[in-house]
Amino acid sequence: MAFRIIASQCTQCGACEFECPSGAIKFKGEAYVIDPEKCTECKGEFELQQCASVCPVPKTCIPA
Amino acid sequence: MSSPMISLKSLTSTTTMNQLLATAKSGACASSSCGSPAKPEDVDSATWEKIKDHPCYSEEAHHYFARMHVAVAPACNIQCNYCNRKYDCANESRPGVVSERLTPDQALRKVIAVANEVPQLSVLGIAGPGDGCYDWKKTKATFERVASEIPDIKLCLSTNGLALPDHVDELADMNVDHVTITINMVDPEIGAKIYPWIFHDHRRFTGLEAAKILHERQMLGLEMLTARGILTKINSVMIPGVNDEHLVEVNKWVKERGAFLHNVMPLISDPVHGTYYGLTGQRGPRAVELKTLQDRLDGGARLMRHCRQCRADAVGLLGEDRGQEFTLDRIPGEVRYDASKRETYREVVARERGDHVTAKSEAIGMVKAAGSSGLLLVAVATKGGGRINEHFGHAKEFQVYEASAIGINLVGHRKVEQYCRGGWGEESTLDDVIAALEGIDILLCAKIGDCPKDQLTEAGVRVTDDYGYDYIETAVSALYAAEFGLEPLAATA
Ligand code: SF4
Ligand code: SF4
Ligand code: SF4
Repeated sequence: MAFRIIASQCTQCGACEFECPSGAIKFKGEAYVIDPEKCTECKGEFELQQCASVCPVPKTCIPA
Repeated sequence: MSSPMISLKSLTSTTTMNQLLATAKSGACASSSCGSPAKPEDVDSATWEKIKDHPCYSEEAHHYFARMHVAVAPACNIQCNYCNRKYDCANESRPGVVSERLTPDQALRKVIAVANEVPQLSVLGIAGPGDGCYDWKKTKATFERVASEIPDIKLCLSTNGLALPDHVDELADMNVDHVTITINMVDPEIGAKIYPWIFHDHRRFTGLEAAKILHERQMLGLEMLTARGILTKINSVMIPGVNDEHLVEVNKWVKERGAFLHNVMPLISDPVHGTYYGLTGQRGPRAVELKTLQDRLDGGARLMRHCRQCRADAVGLLGEDRGQEFTLDRIPGEVRYDASKRETYREVVARERGDHVTAKSEAIGMVKAAGSSGLLLVAVATKGGGRINEHFGHAKEFQVYEASAIGINLVGHRKVEQYCRGGWGEESTLDDVIAALEGIDILLCAKIGDCPKDQLTEAGVRVTDDYGYDYIETAVSALYAAEFGLEPLAATA
């Protein structure tokens, strides 16, 4: 299970990148992307997914 | 006091070192006031040292010194109803809007390029979009790199305050001595109407709970800064019907906690910006409403009246924005800092400033001594240096001075469309200028053509270029004397 970012909505603020406990989010080429291999959905770390909780745009960090 | 002056143009346009020196010499102080105490009597000398070159913290300094902002910290930990981080636009001028985001290394290159070209530069600020305290690593890296290259530049940070308490010690270590906190409420009930959510302690909070946490963190941060002697400016966005009355209370709270300045700014809520307030039709205050509130706050924390709500990547004196001259693509890949222009400019300003201070205090003294109950609102076209030195047709804003029994004070500014573009003026622009001058008694400029002058007069706006290139206060005091039938200031100098 993993989360993903809807690139067309993203403001590229980068907040999700440094909040992600798994180091799963990187700026690649033109957009922020989540590496599904690394994303843990924050299980065991936080109650809610950090990327979705910090993202200023609704429905931008969503379940893959 | 209207004796030969240094042309500000030659100082501020990009000139060679030799030209600057020549100007400095020819402008050798006309009065004998050089070195006289040149500080406003209402702050102690340690504070004056901190603010004397800071255009936002000292109204007097804003005539001479410039700021630049770099947008290096785009991540934010709160959502405000007046902000929409999804869009930005190069033609807009408002806080939070930038045309390029920079990495700390790019920011360093840009600051050096500007310092080499804009001798007035004295302050580097990080002011969004995003929050510099939350996006801390980038803020810190930028400040550290710039400070090691240009040690005398003042570092300035704007924040919503939520993450501020976590970084106050580091700010103090880095010699950041100016911090702006945006505080729009001290009552969480009101806060809940302004902030839909915050992200704190790894989770999102909403409603009252969010506003309460934000409020507590803001007060804590402010107290911590005060305890370390860091000067704070509080920005409040005036939202009619939401927090306008409440800002009187905010002013009291922040004053009690040691805030140095309070800056009340009007809400900008154009629907095209797509903010919540823009979309729900929440209106911003009119210039007169803003001024009425500011007048009510006088006597609380010192008020800032000359804020321009700059773009978050603005460069230059407060009334101008030269940001477009310094976009990354115009900056060479490698730049080396050259201190000579800034140093020369500072020497020149130190002299010119002494002269201005004397002229100013004479003018103000005269108005106070007049004992008249009269009040005069004067709009001035200026491009800096404390003089009436801008042509009517070139002005993008007018600074507003109020003369009354308490002296002569800058009380605001009115933005206008430039009347003269490419040689002729436009009728509709003139109508807008007239509308923007609501409540103003007299307009002063360096020069104005007969045609716009006649039309302004017809519309009931008195305008004159008789005082062109004089110090603003000197001219205002003369007008005040004429208006209320007093003896004008005997010509000095
Ligand atoms: S859900 Fe959690 S682990 Fe996955 S990308 Fe978002 S923050 Fe990182
Ligand atoms: S937090 Fe949201 S808007 Fe910001 S970079 Fe991540 S996905 Fe984009
Ligand atoms: S927005 Fe106001 S306080 Fe900030 S730099 Fe501009 S004038 Fe100064």
